[in-house]
Amino acid sequence: MPQGAAAVLRHELIGLSGVFERNVYLVRRYIWWDLAFFVWTIANTLTIVFIGEGVEAAGGQIDVQLITTQLLVGAVVWAYLGVIFEILTETVAWERWEGTIEYTFMAPLSRPVHLFGMGLFAIVYGIIRAILLFGVVALFFDLDLAQADYLAAIVLLLVASISFIGIGMMTAVLPLISPEKGTQLGFMAQGILLVISGVYYPVSVLPEWMQWASTVSPATYALDGLRDAILEGDGLTKMGDEIWPLVLIGAVSIPLGLVVFRIGEQYAKRHGKLKRSG
Amino acid sequence: MTHSNNHNSTPAVVVDGLRKEFFRNDGREGLRRRRKRVAALDGVSFEMRRGETLAILGQNGSGKSTLVRLLSTLLLDDGGSAHVFGHDVSKETRAVRRLINRVSVEASFFKKMSAVENLSYAARFYGMPIRETRERIPEILGRVGFPRERMGEPLEDMSRGMQQKVALARALLTAPILLLLDEPTTGLDPRSKLEVQKFIREIREVHDATVLLCTHDLVEAEELADRVGILDRGRLIELAPAAELKSKYEAATLEAAFFAATGKAFEDEPAEEED
Repeated sequence: MPQGAAAVLRHELIGLSGVFERNVYLVRRYIWWDLAFFVWTIANTLTIVFIGEGVEAAGGQIDVQLITTQLLVGAVVWAYLGVIFEILTETVAWERWEGTIEYTFMAPLSRPVHLFGMGLFAIVYGIIRAILLFGVVALFFDLDLAQADYLAAIVLLLVASISFIGIGMMTAVLPLISPEKGTQLGFMAQGILLVISGVYYPVSVLPEWMQWASTVSPATYALDGLRDAILEGDGLTKMGDEIWPLVLIGAVSIPLGLVVFRIGEQYAKRHGKLKRSG
Repeated sequence: MTHSNNHNSTPAVVVDGLRKEFFRNDGREGLRRRRKRVAALDGVSFEMRRGETLAILGQNGSGKSTLVRLLSTLLLDDGGSAHVFGHDVSKETRAVRRLINRVSVEASFFKKMSAVENLSYAARFYGMPIRETRERIPEILGRVGFPRERMGEPLEDMSRGMQQKVALARALLTAPILLLLDEPTTGLDPRSKLEVQKFIREIREVHDATVLLCTHDLVEAEELADRVGILDRGRLIELAPAAELKSKYEAATLEAAFFAATGKAFEDEPAEEED
């Protein structure tokens, strides 16, 4: 048996695999729900991406290929971000609903490992879903994607995911503090990112103060970089302007997310909110 | 999974002047909601020796669940202290969590998942790898009387009695040396209740576990526990073997002793509110 630090590390890695394992079981058990949600996401993404052709049909003078691809990237990244936030928020909300929250939070599993486990699963699940979504929606349009650097796009999305998880940890604490309103507050934070990050339009069209806010949103850099990778075929070597801010935001948001979650957990333990619903 | 023998000489549980308060709504003052502090536990003190079974009796709202949740590291106290095998439950949460497990009145699971799935991921949280649980989970489910052919079925399709057996298996799987049982047989049919009680005896005898049992069932308390504590409005007003309590209050039954000690019948009061 490993001793000391090795034993602790082994214990934590097994714990992390348990978080991942549980989410795999849940996906398997809720597979029809997942499929229905995926079909809904495809439909929702299509309604956004068809806007490009709609504007042209209404007489607008636009580059339909460009706008359609930009909207597609925006919609896919937005769907990915939604999945990351949803899974991290479920760290508390779903467990509270099922009644398992007390058992999970009294297990000898460190909170960072617990949250990283949720984050790791969210990335794997989200990336698979984003690739499928991109592929299915792209089939509906006559897009020229021959020059796209998909590998660079996926690596950039992974780098951006670190920041998304940090922010997700902060929103995950909301249902812990407020069982009734916490999840909705999480949606609010997600909505603010949607507005300021240039998901469907360039950030330059926003009022100045919103443009300033967009510089601290990791989604802004993720979207810029992904559009360059898909439309221009830019590789990672050309993405320094996007990668470095993402690394920096990730380096700040992960520790900050852990601290915020810890404060929220202490608050919940002080006020008796670390318990099941009903 | 084994625990250190260092715990042999240390008392299993030492609770000293433990206090926990919650806010409760107390009407309105204009537009502002007025709140008052209510003590859920008010200076509770007791010790448990290793291997002992202690039953805590009390009406709803007496503080039983608050006590269990404090010992489970799910609450922070507002005064006093609690130690599990020498570890402070507020400051050494990780050490305490390795030693304890719990079964509560609600068999809390991901209900769409099977017994094996629920137990598998839970065991991982306690550092048990797949090769250890692959055989251990079916074995332990078999021991609590869970039918092998139903191990892969979603728990939502099973009775409460069956779910509670899985809850016991989950607790036992991690080999806790302190088992916290919060009304584990409430709402079960008589047969399931007897099976769960039989298993609690086995846990104590075979696994040398210390058991804190919070219950509404006075017969259960008398049969299973070495000592019985009476918790009334957050205060531990009695703690003695059942026979001693009956003798002290010249009561024929534990229920009569409870009535004499608290001045109340053993029936429900409003449930504990926490905020």
